[in-house]
Amino acid sequence: MDMRDFVVRFAGEGGQGVVTSAEGLAQVSTQVGYHALTFATFPSQILGGPTWTQVRICVDPVFSPGDDVDVLVAFNQEAYDTHKDEVRENGVVIFNADEFDLQGDPRALGLPVDELARSTGNNRAANMVIIGALAHLVDMPQNYLDEFVTKRFSRGRAGDDEIIRSNIMAIGLGREHMAASGFSLGSLEDPVMPDYAQLMLKGNEALALGALAGGLEFYVGYPISPATTILLYMERNLVGEGKFAYQVSSEIESITALLGAGFAGKKAMTATAGPGFSLMSEGIGLGWIAEIPVVIVDVQRGGPATGLPTKTEQSDLMACMFPAHGDVRIPIIAVGSVEECFYGAIKAFNWSERYQGPVVLMTEMALAERAQNIPKPDLSKVQVQGRQVYQGTNGYRRYAGHELSPMPIPGNPGAYVANGSEHDDMGDTTHLPERHVQMTERRFGKLKLLEEDDYEVDKPEESIVLMTWGGSKGPALEAYNQLKEQGVPVGWRYTMFLNPLPPKLLEELKQKELVIVPELNYQGQFASILRSQGVKAEAITQYTGLPFKVRHLVEEVTRMTESRLKETVGV
Amino acid sequence: MSKKNAEYDFKWCPGCGDFGVRRALEFSMVDRLEETGLPMENNVVIAGIGCSGNLVHLLEGPQPYGFHGIHGRSLPIAMGVKMARPELNVVVVAGDGDFLSIGAEHIGPQASRNLNVCAVIMDNGVYGLTKGQSSPTTALGVITSSTPFGKLESEINPLELYLTLGVSFIASGFSSQPRPLASLITQGMEHPGFSIVHVQSPCTAYNDTYESLKGNAKKGIQPALWSIPDEHDPGDRAAAHELLQQGGIPLGVIYQDSDRLSLDQQVEKTWAKAGAKSVQELMGAFEF
Repeated sequence: MDMRDFVVRFAGEGGQGVVTSAEGLAQVSTQVGYHALTFATFPSQILGGPTWTQVRICVDPVFSPGDDVDVLVAFNQEAYDTHKDEVRENGVVIFNADEFDLQGDPRALGLPVDELARSTGNNRAANMVIIGALAHLVDMPQNYLDEFVTKRFSRGRAGDDEIIRSNIMAIGLGREHMAASGFSLGSLEDPVMPDYAQLMLKGNEALALGALAGGLEFYVGYPISPATTILLYMERNLVGEGKFAYQVSSEIESITALLGAGFAGKKAMTATAGPGFSLMSEGIGLGWIAEIPVVIVDVQRGGPATGLPTKTEQSDLMACMFPAHGDVRIPIIAVGSVEECFYGAIKAFNWSERYQGPVVLMTEMALAERAQNIPKPDLSKVQVQGRQVYQGTNGYRRYAGHELSPMPIPGNPGAYVANGSEHDDMGDTTHLPERHVQMTERRFGKLKLLEEDDYEVDKPEESIVLMTWGGSKGPALEAYNQLKEQGVPVGWRYTMFLNPLPPKLLEELKQKELVIVPELNYQGQFASILRSQGVKAEAITQYTGLPFKVRHLVEEVTRMTESRLKETVGV
Repeated sequence: MSKKNAEYDFKWCPGCGDFGVRRALEFSMVDRLEETGLPMENNVVIAGIGCSGNLVHLLEGPQPYGFHGIHGRSLPIAMGVKMARPELNVVVVAGDGDFLSIGAEHIGPQASRNLNVCAVIMDNGVYGLTKGQSSPTTALGVITSSTPFGKLESEINPLELYLTLGVSFIASGFSSQPRPLASLITQGMEHPGFSIVHVQSPCTAYNDTYESLKGNAKKGIQPALWSIPDEHDPGDRAAAHELLQQGGIPLGVIYQDSDRLSLDQQVEKTWAKAGAKSVQELMGAFEF
């Protein structure tokens, strides 16, 4: 049987090689031309604790982790018990026979992984034994794997040849054991090697690179899952004259130091998650009223307070758009794929300079830790917007009028007071009603500068539209493609720009009978915001800490569409 | 900007100590301008919230840049400005409520980092602008609008706190002596690290301490203020500690450690280690 995609879930305890094996399989596959995506979930502890990573390998570009698990690789009994029901009918379970014994499951094959690795002379080749076994299951040619191993371990070091030999041997042993078992899932179609350069990276890595490509010069942050990897990347790489990356003592320090840097002329960013974002509320309001460009990344996790630190959710939208007291509406860019993490970060900097204020870039745990192959960005095509700098003399009225005005840079003429109190055009505090009116209108008026006109559209004529946001894009897009094939009368819209929405998109949405919004929160936050703008929106919600399954969305959209059509026809 | 700006209508009360602090800061910044030739716009004054923070709007003469932020956060804002542009002279002006209560969490980290900014703290022992509540430096038992039966907490000694936290320049001044105070602020600005000039700046409306600070011979009141003798060695940490055990409020430079590197100097040392890569090179690490 020919297969176009292949889903493997690796499950075990932290430290057993779950992540290494999964990422190894994804790398092998992408190097020979498949598309791959990983989805990971971690325990909130360092040693041990249940963990799992799912890899989906596909002949076509891949959007979601996949609903059904073809193969479960269980590193211990608990992993088997927890995940066995996720394995599809006629799927396969590979279990580590060195760790535990499993009786009575006809789908299960025990592999003495560690023992086989030892027999190659390389204890660290255990994951290659597993990858060899998996390759046999889907009839992946041996030379693909050999090429990968040779390329990966040819590092110009003395032991390279031995490591290559033992790894290839480990793959062979895995294959042999699987062949002897008689299990087979079919034949994964041959990949088509893309004719463009590619990167294999995680969402947070793509976001960090995008920020650097967007001109980032100043980064401060405080450790918090799942945003910490961005801080670590910047501390390693954002170093040198004119640059600064630093761990501060709280998110309150992050946001206020960021504002100091933005005021001083730098492109500045921090990344955090819900709890840290909550601490930044007052500071974000200060950025809005004092008109200081900064970018705040919220890598969403689940729940209020400490909530679910290592799970995924899209429940911060209201908090991100309305983080502060006193009439604010913060621009929001929400990314929906690893590739969008890169381009969304650039856009966030362009927006913050264009309207001179804080921009929130929303991402989420499922994207942050997702590794995926993406086309290598062409930096020569990236458009980076710089600051509009005041070039005049002293006596400048920084906040005059209703329009954006160039920013003076400290050290140069144009001294003013950036003020978090309501102020006059020089930045001095005032309580005059006409000033508060002018400044309020000025701040909201600048949002018009952020109106974009690009968004995704398919079947524009349909009166029922599926429009998700953020990381639910992957499952929703896959669901949409299935619905389209089935002839369900639904159109597609998508944008990263949640505030302000592209005006033309908003106009279109207002004309529709129903806009269905899948989102990972209880309240249907985006649907609610759409309704407040005159759109007939209804949410499909989920709050399990996990992403949507495609099947679930297909069922829900079909049901909602049918029920709406009945109403319209008046049956 | 008071003289130029009729719209700005904030006024300090007659006799407020903050007038003297403003005068001293103006002296220091003008002196710096004359000595270094750097323009006034090379100075950035980061203001806290409260009566003291309004100082940034009341400066006369050539204007520095200002940032009047949110309550308690003047230090991290100053950190952002300084680390973005280490060539700027960054000064914090804040009161005892802003700096020592809501903002106290930021003092320790800046001391550890030896952030090269100068904080001028106006201590009046009370929250003035919200009309007379107790602050961390209000004495135990004092009746204020928020302590109707007397303050229940002991007052803190800010100078001891700074010394304990590792602030590398600590001076104590009095608002009624603008010239000597200006000299302390200038030394603080020139100090290559985190400096705090803690100023007694009485509030005539809610906590008028002029008499207790200066003394009153007729009433037999001994002055709380006393000048640090010339023989005190600010480089001697034990001597600084000893000084603060003598009671009253010493005036002058209490402690200075000029040997420590500041944060911007530490950061500069990492540049060579890092071997910075271009975005293109960084992307290359993920290419396959």
